Amino acid sequence: MSTIAQAASEAVQLVVALDPELARIVLLSLRVSLTAVLVAAVIGLPLGALIAVARFPGRKALIILLNALMGLPPVVVGLLVYLMLSRAGPLGALGILFTPAAMVIAQAILITPIIAALSRQAIEDAWTEYQEQLRSLGVRPARAALTLLWDTRFSLLTTVLAGFGRAAAEVGAVMIVGGNIDGVTRVMTTAIALETSKGDLPLALGLGMVLVSIVLLLNAAAYLIKDTAQRRYG
Amino acid sequence: MDDAPVRAPISLLPLQLLQVAFDAGGRRIIDGVTLTLDAGPRTMIVGPNGAGKSVLLRLCHGLLQPTSGRVLWNAAHLSPHRSGQAMVFQRPVMLRRSALANIEYALAAAGVPRPEHEPRARDALARVGLAHLADRPARVLSGGEQQRVAIARAWALVPQVLFLDEPTSALDPTATREIEAAIGAIHAGGTKIVMVTHNLGQARRLGDEILFMHAGRIAECSRADAFFDRPATREAAAFLRGELLW
Amino acid sequence: MVNARRLLLAACAAALSSLALPTFAQDKFITVASTTSTEQSGLFKHILPIFEKKTGIQVRVVALGTGQALDLARRGDADVVFVHAKAAEEKFIAEGHGVKRIPVMYNDFVLIGPKSDPARIGGGKDVTAALKSIAAAQAPFVSRGDKSGTHMAELALWKAAGIEIDGAKGPWYRDTGQGMGPALNTAASMNGYILADRGTWLSFKNRGDLVILVEGDKRLFNQYGVILVNPARHAAVKKDLGQAFVDWIVSPEGQAAIESFKIGGEQLFFPNAGQSGA
Repeated sequence: MSTIAQAASEAVQLVVALDPELARIVLLSLRVSLTAVLVAAVIGLPLGALIAVARFPGRKALIILLNALMGLPPVVVGLLVYLMLSRAGPLGALGILFTPAAMVIAQAILITPIIAALSRQAIEDAWTEYQEQLRSLGVRPARAALTLLWDTRFSLLTTVLAGFGRAAAEVGAVMIVGGNIDGVTRVMTTAIALETSKGDLPLALGLGMVLVSIVLLLNAAAYLIKDTAQRRYG
Repeated sequence: MDDAPVRAPISLLPLQLLQVAFDAGGRRIIDGVTLTLDAGPRTMIVGPNGAGKSVLLRLCHGLLQPTSGRVLWNAAHLSPHRSGQAMVFQRPVMLRRSALANIEYALAAAGVPRPEHEPRARDALARVGLAHLADRPARVLSGGEQQRVAIARAWALVPQVLFLDEPTSALDPTATREIEAAIGAIHAGGTKIVMVTHNLGQARRLGDEILFMHAGRIAECSRADAFFDRPATREAAAFLRGELLW
Repeated sequence: MVNARRLLLAACAAALSSLALPTFAQDKFITVASTTSTEQSGLFKHILPIFEKKTGIQVRVVALGTGQALDLARRGDADVVFVHAKAAEEKFIAEGHGVKRIPVMYNDFVLIGPKSDPARIGGGKDVTAALKSIAAAQAPFVSRGDKSGTHMAELALWKAAGIEIDGAKGPWYRDTGQGMGPALNTAASMNGYILADRGTWLSFKNRGDLVILVEGDKRLFNQYGVILVNPARHAAVKKDLGQAFVDWIVSPEGQAAIESFKIGGEQLFFPNAGQSGA
């Protein structure tokens, strides 16, 4: 119990002191995960919408696969991306291993299935409500998918937040493809792992509290936006 | 604005159903329907619950494909043109945007040139008396207002045929009257009306011709006054008396 | 609603553009694959800024176990390796992945265990005798089991004690597959014995009931070497920048930097670049 109290005080001290290294780590964490979520949303939302609306052979199998991929272990994704980006691998010439770009790629791969699977569910639910009217208006499936994406935008915001939460929380992928390099690819989760392995548990836990607080704040902000917009647009 | 509505060059009507049958869930819901819908008269489809009225409407509009038989618009070589048809459903489906934007969306989907979207949409809203709600989010409007927007949306497309599936069954009498007035005006503009209703009074007010359905078949098809005063079939007579039919 | 869309697009553009920066910002940098002991002890945080200030070359350290570090370099993902397992390093060079092995510094291992010391090894000067006692008492022992330099040293010591550890190990021998820090955490939580490098031990904070029980045996000597990854074998290696680092760390200035690193007044690593046979 005292470790937790110690951790809480360490967390407060770090934040109040505006520790520059902490600030750098936090900013990098946000940048990597937010960018990854952006990429994953750009790919995953239309993908989920299309699968929700279109009918094609193998659709059920694809949905099952997508749902299963939500549970991709981060460390496995990290390993696969590492093998791709390693100098000995097919994309080694890009030279982006051990950079934030590699971390973004790994996290984007990790959360695209989450966004696609959850948006597919949300849009499929909306499709049952909208389908007859849209078809009556002569709207083709592709166009309908885009329309539904915009119409379900509030529940999709929650989906995107879920993706962000997963990205910000994972350590397995960014550790392997980023290398936890001090000052370059060290993010909140890898810093916590490092301090834990050094035995500095209060500091590790304190960093953990900072991370959770940040994610909480982001979620609160998103909820407020969603709430006001929802009341305006119905 | 009541200039002559812009129309598809070829008339879609008459619409012919030839021995159309429809099965679903192992049941035969439409059982060999043959009918012709001509331009002009407002057609009301009435009948007891489960008679297949809504399904028949959807078969006509093309939302459902017949299990057997054919649905033919004017001459066999025409594929059903969405741009000549529109449908209003029992519960209006509004997109999460303004009332005006909902109508503009339909116009865009129909391929209407962009500069025409706003004026035509505003005009349609004005015709149903909702010009003042143009920028209001459609989903916060009342049920009656939403249905009027739905009617306006269909009207803006200037369809040759307007299908309506119990459009007022969820509305109060005032709203119902407003919808009926709009339907009358649409018809006056030259659009064929095909409407399912369970409200006999409404059928009487609005109908020129009545299709009476029972157990998946057209049991009787006659002019409105003839149907209500002198129903030809036993089932129709029982129905008009308010007796349950199976 | 149009405003919301524009805001969203602007946010996306900003996020995307901010991503590009870290990747392309630094031109002059090298990737050094090293061990967890050198990073976690704080050595790199002490000496690297000196090098960076002098040469303008950023040193990016990927800290893994020795085995992993060498494997990383075998794939061409590092420019320099800096590890502590002479046999493995020489094999690395023999395979053609490295140019030359140069000794840099040494520290020592210490045998750590609970204050209660069930195997009665405390104060001893013979590490192999201590290991024999631990095995005989079947006292809990934590091994890193991760092909690290420390792990390889541990295995060599069991061999020197005449114990075939693969066959002899029972439930008392915990093969964790972890880095030094996590392994120490495990040892602290189960009051077990563990072989650790002095550097990590000195900066380790979660000691529980653990203390140093055996130290000073010559066989606990732990030599570090630096190797430039072979540019002939891996074309992307930054030959000149990497060589600059190698040259610096064995230079009088680099060696002095190593010597000046202390924790609580105690020196952790002892530079010995010129020592023959190291």
